[in-house]
Amino acid sequence: MITEEQAGKAVGEVLGHYKKEKKNLIPLLQEVQATLGYLPRKALQGIADFLKMPDVEVWGVATFYNQFRFVPLGRYHTTVCMGTACHLAGGRLILEALERELNLKVGETAEDGKFSLERVACIGCCMLAPVVVIKDKIQPKMTPFRVEEALIPYKQEARGELEEGKSESKS
Amino acid sequence: MMTFEEIRNRARSEWETLQNGVYILIGTATCGRAAGALDVVDVFDKELARRKLEVPIVKVGCTGLCHADPFVTIAKPGSLRVAYANVAPDSVPRLVEGYVAGDDPCLELALGTVEGGDGETISIPELPRFERELRLILRHCGYIDPENINHYIANGGYGALEKALKMSAAKIIGELKKSGLRGRGGAGFPAHTKWELCRKAGSRPKYVICNADEGDPGAFMDRVVLESDPHEVIEGMIIAGYAIGAERGYIYVRSEYPLAIERIQIALRQANEMGFLGDNILGNDFGFKIEIAAGAGAFVSGEETALIAAVEGRMSTPRPRPPYPAESGLWSKPTLLNNVKTFGYVPLIVERGGDWFSSIGTEGSKGTAMFTLAGKVVNSGLAEVPMGTTLRELVYDIGGGIAKDKQFKAVQIGGPSGGCLPEALLDIPIDYDSLREAGSMMGSGGMIVMDEDNCMVDAARFFLDFSTKESCGLCTMCRLGTLQMLRVLEDITAGRGKIEDLDLLLALAEDVKMGSLCGLGKTAPNPVLTTLRYFRDEYEAHILEKRCSARVCPELTVYYILPEKCDRACEHCVLTCPTEAIKGEKGEVKTIDQEKCSKCGTCLEVCPPEYNAVVKLSPVSLLPSSKSPAEEAQK
Ligand SMILES: Cc1cc2nc3c(=O)[nH]c(=O)nc-3n(C[C@H](O)[C@H](O)[C@H](O)COP(=O)(O)O)c2cc1C
Ligand code: FES
Repeated sequence: MITEEQAGKAVGEVLGHYKKEKKNLIPLLQEVQATLGYLPRKALQGIADFLKMPDVEVWGVATFYNQFRFVPLGRYHTTVCMGTACHLAGGRLILEALERELNLKVGETAEDGKFSLERVACIGCCMLAPVVVIKDKIQPKMTPFRVEEALIPYKQEARGELEEGKSESKS
Repeated sequence: MMTFEEIRNRARSEWETLQNGVYILIGTATCGRAAGALDVVDVFDKELARRKLEVPIVKVGCTGLCHADPFVTIAKPGSLRVAYANVAPDSVPRLVEGYVAGDDPCLELALGTVEGGDGETISIPELPRFERELRLILRHCGYIDPENINHYIANGGYGALEKALKMSAAKIIGELKKSGLRGRGGAGFPAHTKWELCRKAGSRPKYVICNADEGDPGAFMDRVVLESDPHEVIEGMIIAGYAIGAERGYIYVRSEYPLAIERIQIALRQANEMGFLGDNILGNDFGFKIEIAAGAGAFVSGEETALIAAVEGRMSTPRPRPPYPAESGLWSKPTLLNNVKTFGYVPLIVERGGDWFSSIGTEGSKGTAMFTLAGKVVNSGLAEVPMGTTLRELVYDIGGGIAKDKQFKAVQIGGPSGGCLPEALLDIPIDYDSLREAGSMMGSGGMIVMDEDNCMVDAARFFLDFSTKESCGLCTMCRLGTLQMLRVLEDITAGRGKIEDLDLLLALAEDVKMGSLCGLGKTAPNPVLTTLRYFRDEYEAHILEKRCSARVCPELTVYYILPEKCDRACEHCVLTCPTEAIKGEKGEVKTIDQEKCSKCGTCLEVCPPEYNAVVKLSPVSLLPSSKSPAEEAQK
């Protein structure tokens, strides 16, 4: 999680590039999210103050669109395509396999912050259906079993990081 | 500032220099990247550097042959131009050694020749699909570097803008009228009518908006155009700005398309530098600027009034029309809003004339139609065909038919607003009116082919689930009516349906259509209506026999290991089953504990093809009793 101070500072920097016009609300939300990874409450308040809009209006817009998140994503963010082509190629089985392998439900982030899982409707690679995106890498033609395989390197990396983290905190 | 003549000459000489040497084209649109094209580029780079070869790599967009990605072409003046499909990084050294450095075109690795031929190798332009295709919007895709404006200019780009700036606005719109161009965003509204309304509108300033939201979850034409040839859309928008008297344009593109956004940004910057955008375009008294507005992920944002709300920074909900955006759009000013492809045709129409365009296509639908083919076809990808081409030609000649010798079942056109059409309708021509009559619609151009393994009730449920999630919630019928339809469909797919439910679905569909303000609600019932119309037997089988003939619906399907086929010694299924539902010691026939089975399909996938022992059965009652006869008798 990001501290209020960090959020405030990052938002301040982003706001510096924009005019105080209402049409900039969505670009602002997008850029703040790109910087922080999600939209903490403090950031939404900062944007509302900047645009002189009521908090609730900013909150309303932010929650309307699928793109915005109010909890941080995992380091190994995983999206599963649930578009038409992917669905017809067995997307449901892939989604279930991911939920099982990651021990997460769609929309959740793991407590240790490593993995998170989201669904999306088509990323435009329908000929490679069903597709999963793990940490920005597109994994084509998934099967329930291949999901398990595809996750192995990321799980290993995540485990390595966890151990590193532990030894650091010891020293 | 250079004159257009000078700009064009410089671009042409750059292009000619490229043509006069050996060069490599690699498709690097999102589809290519997903298939590993960037790794292939990397190895080419290294291999060329290692051999100290100064051969340019042109990172082109998508050729439309997405099934062949990573797609590499080697062009060599005076020799064959050869295309290689599904190129793996480890075959790159062979290509470099063989054909880039040497004279062996490595035909054993080739998909075919693009230019020239040896009489034996497949000639790609002579493939049946290219006899059917007519590439207008796609004409540059896969040939030019979308990040290099000179490639576009050398191939005729911005010539239409130069021409248009010497024409009167009325003349340009006159050509558009003659062309018969109808909007490619789905509804097929005549383009010239909108342009004329905007031109005549008195209020100022005026705006031009390009709709690149492409929300249909299974379509990607607009993405391909923007990633492969962004300038043709930009040029179309500038001409539109000139014709209606606007000074500012926006491209509203969905943020799920990061590469498209990046390429538009580059294209806009280059067009600015060349003086095609900005003040006093090409020395004229006309200025135009374009900004990108990145969508934030809402299907309804593709609807024009909702899109305008999103650009204004508001919640993206539609409003009643009239007034139409042409009279009162962005910030209540006259706004011309067209789809990516609609703008894409404009430079061609200005250059070659409206009569030329109207000579292509059918009576009511002019020009070409662009489709993305996905699903169970052999050759998935992109195709551009004259209007009037039949669905069968598209699926079989271009798509290569159904993969794995399966049986064709349906083709879905128009996404969540469209319909599923059966075999019997494959001979209808592709045009706005024929498709609408059949209960589907042209939509954005997504086409998904389904085979015997797809359940039509499940497909209808899928689309309705999508519409329910994406409904903005404004209209009660769209918000709750679709939800009730979804619940009914869920009951049917779970085997809890009643035969009266089918009439209930029909009645609800009418109510949802009537009670919704925008196209989302008005068309959301289409997938249900068309599947009910053409595949009623599947609904009935689900309800009356608890049978899903495609064996997709989990509640109506079970996995079963055929004892006579099970190898006994093999333990693939036992070891991989995530719920430990498969029992059987080594040497014994394996059996599935149906209580534990989560129906994930892993056993079916891992069972070696030489045994093929795992099958799916529906209805569940087909499952042979796993209990011994003695146990059975006890019961
Ligand atoms: C729910 C909904 C979604 C839409 N999505 C898109 C879209 O993604 N792209 C698009 O060009 N038009 C879309 N449209 C159609 C637009 O409202 C509008 O008619 C179109 O962009 C106008 O452009 P055209 O005249 O060039 O077709 C959608 C309409 C509705 C009702
Ligand atoms: S449906 Fe999954 S990529 Fe298009």
